[in-house]
Amino acid sequence: MITTSGLTKVYESRGRQVTALDGVDLHVREGEVFGVIGQSGAGKSSLIRCVNLLERPTSGTVTVDGVDLTALAGKGRRAGKDLRRARSSIGMVFQHFNLLSSRTVKDNIELPLEILGVSGAERSRRALELLDLVGLADKAKSYPGQLSGGQKQRVGIARALAGEPKVLLSDEATSALDPETTRSILQLLRDLNQQLGLTVLLITHEMDVVKTICDSAALMQHGRVVESGTVGELLATPGSQLAAELFPVSGTHTGPDRTVVDVTFHGDAATQPVISQLSRTYNIDISILGAAMDTVGGKQIGRMRIELPGRYEDNVVPVGFLREQGLQVEVVEESLTEETVVQDAATLLVKEGAK
Amino acid sequence: MTWAEMQPLLEQGTLDTLYMVLWATVVTVLGGLPLGILLVLTDKGGLLQNLPVNKVVGAIVNIGRSLPFIILLIALIPFTTLVVGTFIGPTAMIVPLAIGAIPFFARLVETSVREVDHGLVEAVQAMGGGIPTIVRKVLLPQALPSLVSGVTTTVIVLIGYSAMAGAVGGEGLGSKAVTYGYQRFDTTFMLVTVVVLVLIVTVVQLIGDGVVRLLARRGRTA
Repeated sequence: MITTSGLTKVYESRGRQVTALDGVDLHVREGEVFGVIGQSGAGKSSLIRCVNLLERPTSGTVTVDGVDLTALAGKGRRAGKDLRRARSSIGMVFQHFNLLSSRTVKDNIELPLEILGVSGAERSRRALELLDLVGLADKAKSYPGQLSGGQKQRVGIARALAGEPKVLLSDEATSALDPETTRSILQLLRDLNQQLGLTVLLITHEMDVVKTICDSAALMQHGRVVESGTVGELLATPGSQLAAELFPVSGTHTGPDRTVVDVTFHGDAATQPVISQLSRTYNIDISILGAAMDTVGGKQIGRMRIELPGRYEDNVVPVGFLREQGLQVEVVEESLTEETVVQDAATLLVKEGAK
Repeated sequence: MTWAEMQPLLEQGTLDTLYMVLWATVVTVLGGLPLGILLVLTDKGGLLQNLPVNKVVGAIVNIGRSLPFIILLIALIPFTTLVVGTFIGPTAMIVPLAIGAIPFFARLVETSVREVDHGLVEAVQAMGGGIPTIVRKVLLPQALPSLVSGVTTTVIVLIGYSAMAGAVGGEGLGSKAVTYGYQRFDTTFMLVTVVVLVLIVTVVQLIGDGVVRLLARRGRTA
């Protein structure tokens, strides 16, 4: 639905060149919620602004719903008619809502329809419908200044949907909200994604956002996408930082002569209760030190850190059993587990060639 | 001078002043508003960035603002005669008053419009809005309270200018104060004229502030 290839953005500031995007290739599939996560300055804001060409990429192409926007943009600084038309079918929500304080909630939602030249009666009907959709049917006549942050963002979302877009861009939409409101806004985005088949590209610096609603994610660092894929794919990638942060596991050896392993379930693996099978088949006692698991569509996804009695040499067969089940197994070395910190989990793992 | 003598002079003076200031304000707003917006749009990083235009318009505005009004009044006599047919009387005074106030108001407009949150402009661009849409639906409505404030200030400056216009064949309270108060040494009349001017300025300021408060209250209280 959204494809960027070789996207580069270089800013010129007082003769110095700052590269915000350095050859970004991103592919967002139709109907998925795709999260781009990174620290501030990683280039995610430039990225999302390049998708609807609020910022002109220095080079590279952006294709949304089969239309090459970079080709529509032309050379000039001003957005031509074609680009403006294309933009009107891409919704966007902002961190600071960007509602017009001089207009009522309903009039704010009507604004994109005014731009599209929709007649007054139709605008009014659509706006009320959208207000109902975001759960603010009673606030039509209020001004943004009278609403809470969460309500403002709901208005922002309703406004973004007014032009019936297929794609919604979310620029840190929940970063100015408290955790509870964040959850309700994410839930709304999830619902819209499922009800309307809306493709959502969101950028955030909060791992929780990705955890809560994203089907796929990309990690950005210094203007590059360093990891990208569906949550399952990321988990299947040994040493993935995103997987380690999405599914953090911790826990240390409880004594000498024990083997600690991290078991990764990446969705394609067996749906049988493997841990209890392992225990029964080999007659060993297994302790679960930590786990971060989700069940998506009947399949288990996530990671688990378990401890087996005996040294690694004694556990080659049980570990092999787990691998046969299609699970990814990484052995955690004793000396390292003591200082295991959640964030560093991935880098501290002894990488076992997982086949 | 007795009150009975003063009254018709004051009445006529007040009417002339209000007439000049009102029309000069209308012309000033019509001229200064587009100019102020042009200054913002053509500035560096603006939506219509065009530095040569920006620099030229900025220079003209600065020259207009630095000329003392009394000099402008005299310098504009040929132009005023061309436009109105005469350079004497309240109608003729509208021309120099407006030309003197346009650069001033344009700068006020520029400041007001510049203060509109760029995020709003970006939001409308993301909806597919072009520059005319951004100006009409974002910049002007969002800057409205501040623009009204600017108009109030401009009206008050125009009242001051109009008093000066009395020296060069204008009419109004200023002219009356000069003719009767200053040249005939009638201190009482002079004081009364000043009081009337103070009253007019106060009323204008109160009305302006009231409108601003009304506009700003939208969305603040339930």
